Order: sequence, then C-alpha cells, then structure tokens
Amino acid sequence: MNKRWLEVSVGLMLVAGVGALLALALQVSGSHLTRGADQYPLEALFDNAAGLAPKARVTLAGVTVGEVVAVGIDVPTLMARVQMQINGDVDYLSLDTSASILTAGLLGEKYVGLSVGAEEDVLVAGDVIEDTQSALVLEELIGQFLLNLGDSK
Amino acid sequence: MINFIASMGSALIYRLSLMGRALIMLVQAVTVMPSPKSGARLIQQLYVVGVQSLIIILVSALFIGMVLGLQGYTLLAAYGSEQAVGQMVALTLVRELSPVVAGLLFAGRAGSALTAELGLMKATEQLASLEMFGVDPLHRIVAPRFWAGIISLPLLVAIFSLVGVYGGHLVAVEWLGVYSGSYWGNMQQAVDFNGDVMSGMIKALVFAFLITWIALYQGYACVPTSQGISAATTRTVVYASLAILGFDFILTALMFGGA
Repeated sequence: MNKRWLEVSVGLMLVAGVGALLALALQVSGSHLTRGADQYPLEALFDNAAGLAPKARVTLAGVTVGEVVAVGIDVPTLMARVQMQINGDVDYLSLDTSASILTAGLLGEKYVGLSVGAEEDVLVAGDVIEDTQSALVLEELIGQFLLNLGDSK
Repeated sequence: MINFIASMGSALIYRLSLMGRALIMLVQAVTVMPSPKSGARLIQQLYVVGVQSLIIILVSALFIGMVLGLQGYTLLAAYGSEQAVGQMVALTLVRELSPVVAGLLFAGRAGSALTAELGLMKATEQLASLEMFGVDPLHRIVAPRFWAGIISLPLLVAIFSLVGVYGGHLVAVEWLGVYSGSYWGNMQQAVDFNGDVMSGMIKALVFAFLITWIALYQGYACVPTSQGISAATTRTVVYASLAILGFDFILTALMFGGA
C-alpha cells in the first residue's frame, strides 16, 4: 500500500465526513450561518391560537417572511399572544396589517398569514397587530353546524 | 438450592471480572502519551477501519434512503400528504437509522476484522514478542485502533445520513414526482440541527466506543487457536450488535422520550 495514497484517502474521508455534517446542517436542518442578525419582533393577539407552535411560518401573500418564536397568554386580556420574528427586509407592513392563523391543507400545520392594509405608516419592532383572525377549530365548527341544523328544523 | 444460587453468583462474579479486565485494558490503552510515530499508525488504522468501510456505508445508505422514500410515499399518499415524505425520510435517518445501521455494518465490517487481526497476532505470538522487545502491545496495537474507530464511525454516520436523504430524494422527487421544494422545505422545517442531527451524532459516538471496545477486547482476550479466533469474531459481532440496539433504546429514551 502506497503511503501517499493512504494519507490522501484518509484525508478525503475526513473531509467527506465533516462536509456531510455541514451539509446536514445547511441542507437538511435548514440552519443558516448568518441567522437572527436582521430580524425584528412583532406581536399579535388572537382570541384562539389553537395548534400554532413556535417555529411555525409567518407568510405574506404566501411567501415566508418570518417565524413564530413563542405563543403565550396575554395576562390582562387573556388572549393568545403570539411573538414573531420578521425578516428585516420586510419593512413595508402597514399599521393596519391583519394577521390570521391558517392551515396548510386540511390537516396540515398551522401558520400565520399577514395581509397588508392601506395605512401609510409601517409597523416597527415590538408593535402589536390588533386586527386578527383566530385559528379554525374543527370541533367548534362542527358544533356550530349541528346547532344550525337544530335551529332550522 | 444453595448450589444453584452459588452457581449464579459465581457466574455473575465471572462476568464482572471479565468486564473489569476489559475496562483495565481500555484504560491502559487510552491513557498513553502520543509519540511522534503514533500519528502515522492512527492514519494507517483510519484507512483500514474507516476508508475501507466507506463503500458498504455508501451503498447501504443509498438503498435505505430509497426504500424509505418509496415506503414513506405510499404510506403518506393514502392521506394525501406525500409532501411530508422529506421530513419522514430525514428524521428517520438522522435520529435512528443512520447511527444504528451504520453501527451494525461497522461492527460487521470493521469490528470483526479488528478482533480477527488481534486474535491472529495473539495466536502467532506477535503480541508476546512485542512485549519481549519492551513495547507495550496495548499502546502500540490497541490504542491506534481504538481511536480510529472512535473517529471513523461518527464521520461514516454523517455521510450515511446525507447519502440516505439524497437516496430518498431520488425516489420521491425524481421518480414519484413529489415537488422538490416541498421535499426540502418540509425537511428543513422539521429537522432541528441540535435536537436531531447532533443527537444522532452522539449516538454514533457512543456506538463507536462500544463497538471498538468490544472488538478489541474480544481479540485481545481470545483463546489463541483457530477455533478461539472464530468464536471471538462471532462474539464481537453478536455482542456489538446487541449493545448497539440496547443502548439505542436507552439513548432514544433519554433524548426523545422525556416530556
């Protein structure tokens, strides 16, 4: 066995292994090397945030512009307070932007959909979105449907 | 009755003394000052243990990824959510299959070779003659092989995961027509680097330790005859496989089982 070839092949294996780990980080788990640098926080208050979890997408016109960081209870109002991080280059969300909790597919993951309003002024870091639409809860929907059935008789 | 209990006790003491001997061998082999020539020996062993296991790892990773893609697609298509095949393939591979399957293959490919090599060295009295020269066979023979195993298996597991994910991509996207964007997108959303990829790498490290330790001790302590070597090689593969599967359950329970 040629000693040169031995060293080269071992070196190649090391490079391949470390490279595979790096590729797993970037391609498979979607980490970014420069992350969190230019994002700003926004909050939204929902009556019901059922099924929304941290790391869920925040979209504008179907394009992902940020992610949910935390979901908790807002104490005086007892509504669901959803904290989001929006990408820094998305700096054109008007003050009357509305947020709704949507579902990808019938049984898919929940995500936050933003739609921009007509105001001139834009939301800045730390602002709270007031105009919200809650998550669709299947049980409540079925309950309402049954109630309507009963009424119409 | 007393005899029965006594025989159980003596069996336990015998097992414990074997484990103690294995531990002493390991500690003596590992606690050694690296000499200038140990780097060259380590590279030699990295070649034997790591590079020569690459082919079997690559081929099996590709096929396992392809099978996962195919099975996942048919299973998920029944619920109309075949886009989730990417995250299923990646999570299955990264968390479980890569460390376990690569570990089992590594035990069969590299572990058995280590045991047979050491056993033959013992049978042909090479270990004894090294001691005659005043060279400690633990430092000279066992230590580089141990470190080569510890370094190789995590690298092989990382390669296994990546090749498997691309195998799944080959079947799910190229053949069955899942949209490539949802394959990678769902995967990137579901897989967490610290939680999933690094857990797999920790498993790989633990398995590497177990496999190399078992293989080296079985070779070092084998009966130096042809039957003894063959029995020791068999024991290496059996014990290492059982250790991998048992520890995999414990590690999974610790990493993913808790609330």
